[in-house]
Amino acid sequence: MPETYIARSSAIAARMLAGEMMVMNSMDSTFFTLNEVATAIWRAADGRTPLREIVHTQICEQFDIEPEQAERDAAEFVSELSQHGILLVSDQPLNSPEAAR
Amino acid sequence: MIPANKTLDCVVEIGDIPIGLHTGDQHFFDLLCERYSGFLSSSRPDLQLDFDLIEPTPVSDDDVRVRRDGADWLFERGDFVARWNPVTGRGRVRQTTNPYALDSVLRILHSLVLASRGGFLLHAASGICDSRAFLFSGVSGAGKTTISRLAPPEATLLTDEISYVRPSAEGYSAYGTPFSGELAKAGENTVAPLAALFFLEKGPENRVDELPPAEAVRRLMRNILFFAEDAGLVDNLLATACDFVEKIPVRRLTFYPDSRVWDEIRDFEAMSTHA
Repeated sequence: MPETYIARSSAIAARMLAGEMMVMNSMDSTFFTLNEVATAIWRAADGRTPLREIVHTQICEQFDIEPEQAERDAAEFVSELSQHGILLVSDQPLNSPEAAR
Repeated sequence: MIPANKTLDCVVEIGDIPIGLHTGDQHFFDLLCERYSGFLSSSRPDLQLDFDLIEPTPVSDDDVRVRRDGADWLFERGDFVARWNPVTGRGRVRQTTNPYALDSVLRILHSLVLASRGGFLLHAASGICDSRAFLFSGVSGAGKTTISRLAPPEATLLTDEISYVRPSAEGYSAYGTPFSGELAKAGENTVAPLAALFFLEKGPENRVDELPPAEAVRRLMRNILFFAEDAGLVDNLLATACDFVEKIPVRRLTFYPDSRVWDEIRDFEAMSTHA
């Protein structure tokens, strides 16, 4: 099964306020507030770490979620944000401006 | 193109940003002076726009496009094309004599300048009461014009349509603007520190409710006037919105449309001041 790599788009703005991560696409002004799990995935989206590894090493351990459930939720989250151009998704490692920092 | 044979200049100062406007057309110059009469200034302009007039076209319903073109910003709509350089502060506008085109160009220019200076234009009415400014934002029909009409006689109207917000020593301040809505009346050219931002909803009674910070930022971003598809400036605006929400009370104001709503606003201000 091929790996999925995710990276934050350079066309977005993001800020943490009162414990919530807010993400906005500068192209179409779509605005998302991320919960804790989504924020952890967002922060780990460096373009190099496979999504499955992010889910297992960060989500399952930090939030005590079953791997199958966590993978399903992560896939749904990634799909939604990628449709809005907020996350970049590939089956190959990605060069992300954020990842290069 | 309508030929120009003389030069006419004025300075329009909104939000403490003086913009020099230059035209060769007497009729258009008179329109400028009349439309912005409360905002004409003798200050030395920080920015400059030169106007070339084109033959009248129908009022445009096209969306505004604002984009980078090399070192310049390019603003385009059916009834105007403007090019402005943020480094020199100078720009040139080709438009009809339509005052709506003129307002749009000025709003876009101010929105770009404010985005880089920690301020913003907000789709909101605003007014000063007891030396403090209040913003009233919401979708069309939420009650911006209604609440402006219900303001007590001693209140000062800053605008019933487009509010002007800049950071200040007190947190943020609201300035008057000449950009009017249904009231068709320019705001007063004055400024006051902001006491609160209310998102309006009409209802059977008056009440003020807290908004979670993320919801406050989401609503604020949705109502900020900003036209450019520019990641850097949007990042600035989101940072500004977060800072604003941390410093200024942002509430939902459900109101029944009679003058008692202003008692609720004053009570809120009094409680906030003494909290």
